[in-house]
Amino acid sequence: MTARSCAVVREETAAGRVLATDTVDAAVARAREVGAGRDGLNVFVWRDDDDAKSQASSIADRLADTKPGALLGVPVAIKDNIATLTMPTTCGSKILEGYVSPYESTVVKRLRAAGAIPFGKTNMDEFAMGSSTEHSAYGPTKNPIAPDRVPGGSSGGSAVAVASGIVSIALGSETGGSVRQPAAFCGIVGVKPTYGRVSRFGLVAFASSLDQVGVFGATVDDAARGLGAIAGHDPMDSTSANIAVPDYHAGANADLKDLVVGLPKEYFPASLDPEIRRLCDAAVDRLRGLGATVKEVSLPHTDLAIPVYYIVAPAEASSNLARFDGVRYGFRLEGEGLRGMYEATRSKGFGPEVTRRILLGTYVLSAGYYDAYYRKAQQVRTLIADDFRRVFESGVHVLFTPTAPSTAFQIGAISDPYEMYLSDIFTATANLAGVPAMSLPIGRIGGLPVGGQFLASHFDEARMFTAAYALERALGAEAHA
Amino acid sequence: MTATAAAPATTLDRWEMVVGLEVHVQLKTRTKIFCGCSSDFGAAPNANTCPVCLALPGALPVLNERAVGLATRAALALNCAVQPVSIFARKNYFYPDLPKGYQISQFDKPLALDGWIEIGTRAVGAPIRIGITRVHMEEDAGKSIHDRFSGATAIDLNRSGVPLIEIVSEPDIRSAEQAGAYLRVLKQILEYVDVSDVNMEEGSLRVDANVSARRRGETKLGTKTEVKNMNSFSGVERALEVEFARHVGVLEAGGTIEQQTMLWDGSAVRPARSKEGSHDYRYFPEPDLPPLILALDWIEQVRKDLPELPAARRARFATDYKLGEYDVEVLTANPRLADYYESVARAHGEPKAAANWVMGEVMATLKTSGEDIGRFRVRPADLASLLNLVRDGIVSHTAGKQIFGHMVATGDPPAQIAEREGLVQVDDDAQLSAWLDEVLAENPVEAERYGNGEKRLQGVLIGAVMKKSKGRADPRKLNQLLTARFAS
Repeated sequence: MTARSCAVVREETAAGRVLATDTVDAAVARAREVGAGRDGLNVFVWRDDDDAKSQASSIADRLADTKPGALLGVPVAIKDNIATLTMPTTCGSKILEGYVSPYESTVVKRLRAAGAIPFGKTNMDEFAMGSSTEHSAYGPTKNPIAPDRVPGGSSGGSAVAVASGIVSIALGSETGGSVRQPAAFCGIVGVKPTYGRVSRFGLVAFASSLDQVGVFGATVDDAARGLGAIAGHDPMDSTSANIAVPDYHAGANADLKDLVVGLPKEYFPASLDPEIRRLCDAAVDRLRGLGATVKEVSLPHTDLAIPVYYIVAPAEASSNLARFDGVRYGFRLEGEGLRGMYEATRSKGFGPEVTRRILLGTYVLSAGYYDAYYRKAQQVRTLIADDFRRVFESGVHVLFTPTAPSTAFQIGAISDPYEMYLSDIFTATANLAGVPAMSLPIGRIGGLPVGGQFLASHFDEARMFTAAYALERALGAEAHA
Repeated sequence: MTATAAAPATTLDRWEMVVGLEVHVQLKTRTKIFCGCSSDFGAAPNANTCPVCLALPGALPVLNERAVGLATRAALALNCAVQPVSIFARKNYFYPDLPKGYQISQFDKPLALDGWIEIGTRAVGAPIRIGITRVHMEEDAGKSIHDRFSGATAIDLNRSGVPLIEIVSEPDIRSAEQAGAYLRVLKQILEYVDVSDVNMEEGSLRVDANVSARRRGETKLGTKTEVKNMNSFSGVERALEVEFARHVGVLEAGGTIEQQTMLWDGSAVRPARSKEGSHDYRYFPEPDLPPLILALDWIEQVRKDLPELPAARRARFATDYKLGEYDVEVLTANPRLADYYESVARAHGEPKAAANWVMGEVMATLKTSGEDIGRFRVRPADLASLLNLVRDGIVSHTAGKQIFGHMVATGDPPAQIAEREGLVQVDDDAQLSAWLDEVLAENPVEAERYGNGEKRLQGVLIGAVMKKSKGRADPRKLNQLLTARFAS
């Protein structure tokens, strides 16, 4: 079951054939349905249905005198690490329990400006650290396709909000695959834009040089419209790029005759699950059928992405999370003196995965280790980025790869952190290089969704969407079979 | 630590003091370095704060261009090489008044490198040049207030994010006196280029000193300690003397100096409780800010826009106005005084007279009132008019001083005051002769003795006329009349 598409909702709402309040009512009803009881999917950490409805009615009131926004009347679920004025922002962490931001993130402001209705805060791995949405202070989120399995993570709640048909668009965030991997596990579309394409102002930082707000859509078109609404320069974020945002919907019906698709061989190792390989091969055949030129390419430093990622991201996180100290806001536990208060607050406020990464990050930045770890990792990071640059400069327009090395695994099945980290093996590279990437469904194995990934060069999301629109159209029902 | 007796003066002579200074200067911007909050001093606690300087989740820094301009200006005035690319870095440590848990500063790629200033001349005449290692930009932390609430510490984050530059000197300073001279010259330069209020009491200038001792003739540096918490330049000088003597005492006794932070309490130094030296700040490049890239022509434009610096101004005052060394020093002490003097001198045309008045009447008045010359009621043009009145004999020198007093009190122009107060000098022969006649008649004895050649009585007679005229009689003309009267 999917929510009505963004394009339809907008058109019908603008024409007055559908009331935004009815759209919200439908979303509320579906959210209650999937969330209820022991088998509830645990999608949201916070929902204020009355507030959503009152926003919907104010849209109806303004309909006559405003130009219909790109997301008019569309409910959008928001990951819990994106600051919202009317709902708490807790990052799935006890340390921010009940925290309500006194200011709003740029992306949510833009959603509102486009006529969207922020609909609930979705569950996530604490501070976006995880690949399964099991590491939340508010319990795990379940995969709607197989509720004994994880939805992926860290943006699992947002992925499930779309996959279970509550909303057609949801905001997530990516530091190393946290939108694309859950999109793949849940059989929906997930986009990570170019670093700098979307403002990070109001996105609670995990690893600042990797973080980007991403978008889930039930379809490529939903995701394209969602990204179009939030993308663009923001003077409040010094790392946001002042580059014009094209219409991502423009290539919706284009063929792929002039498109060169690269298949990086490092993403199709001998160890790759043969069923995933088979679905990728089928998708590539479709791309050829659409007129694309397909060729094998190489990104030789791919295997270094996970080690580099797990140095750079924790290093930045250890610094970014220092502000959660119990002094000004959030959870605080008294202890012996100032140091005791810090220790009590932070050791009880953060969960084990966050603590692990803060320790790891503190270690790699320490005097005597900085050169061996952090500096070296940054050097390797530039090699990974150079790999992409060389391939895209050689005339390849987009790359196609599997999104994740597996389908959704069972809740509790992976307890070794390093094994969990390998879940991001095909996705972390895009964050390290800053390039845009997206996942879309390309079929199922034993009923579990498999995602295919497109990657493009910096700020070339439009070409990536063109390819995704075409593949989605060509696969049709096969994508979910 | 055990207390060690400070070394006596004769022992001190065998040792050389080595000092490097770290000076934090608050830049004169309207807003903070990474957000739009006011950087004003003295607002109600936490009034000047926002999500960015409170470090709320999700907030991001945006660099204040004006702060970059001022920092660059300061660095160029200190003869530094401004770097076309510099990098902001995070200095990580936990403290309640550091809301992000890190300070945004600059570390291995600072704004500017390799500068120097001159702090006077040695006995042999060679200038004493103190190297400046680097100038970097950073944000200030907030303030912890320990004595406001019993059993609790209050945090005021108004200062959090106020723009600073840190100016780090080479260990080129060899005495407490030189340290004081360095600070005074530095302050003067920063005042001239108008980048800061450089007010130590208000915290817009703060000094930490690294000090060590070595035997004279030794070239290797001794172990240093860092002395903090000085709140005046003379405090820095005294703290250095005390800490240096402590080093020498320890070393003479065969001990070793522990590298640590010492706090000056106004009369003594004591080790800081927390071992600040042992911090590992885990610096790394600030990912929320791109590298700071300054175009070479922009840097050159800032250099061209630099105002005249103290040394150049001193040289020019000596040449253009033919002033002596002392006058030059006094009149160029700060740019506002120098501007004031220069306006008076130009308008009046006689630099020496202008200097005498500014250094005399004007500075005495300011000293009494505690006012800054920038707000002085008597504007340079009016003072020049007064000097013209005195020079042209319209008013006497004595009357001039009286008029100046009225100008300070009322702000009125001098001619108007002279008229109103009847201080215009009388040079009319008839009036002067009439007064003279009266005086001679009233003092027949003195008149006769003067007539008989007792010339020293001239003063008495003239004085009597001056008194009768209420100071208005033109003394030069009066003298001529008196001499003429008895010349026959």
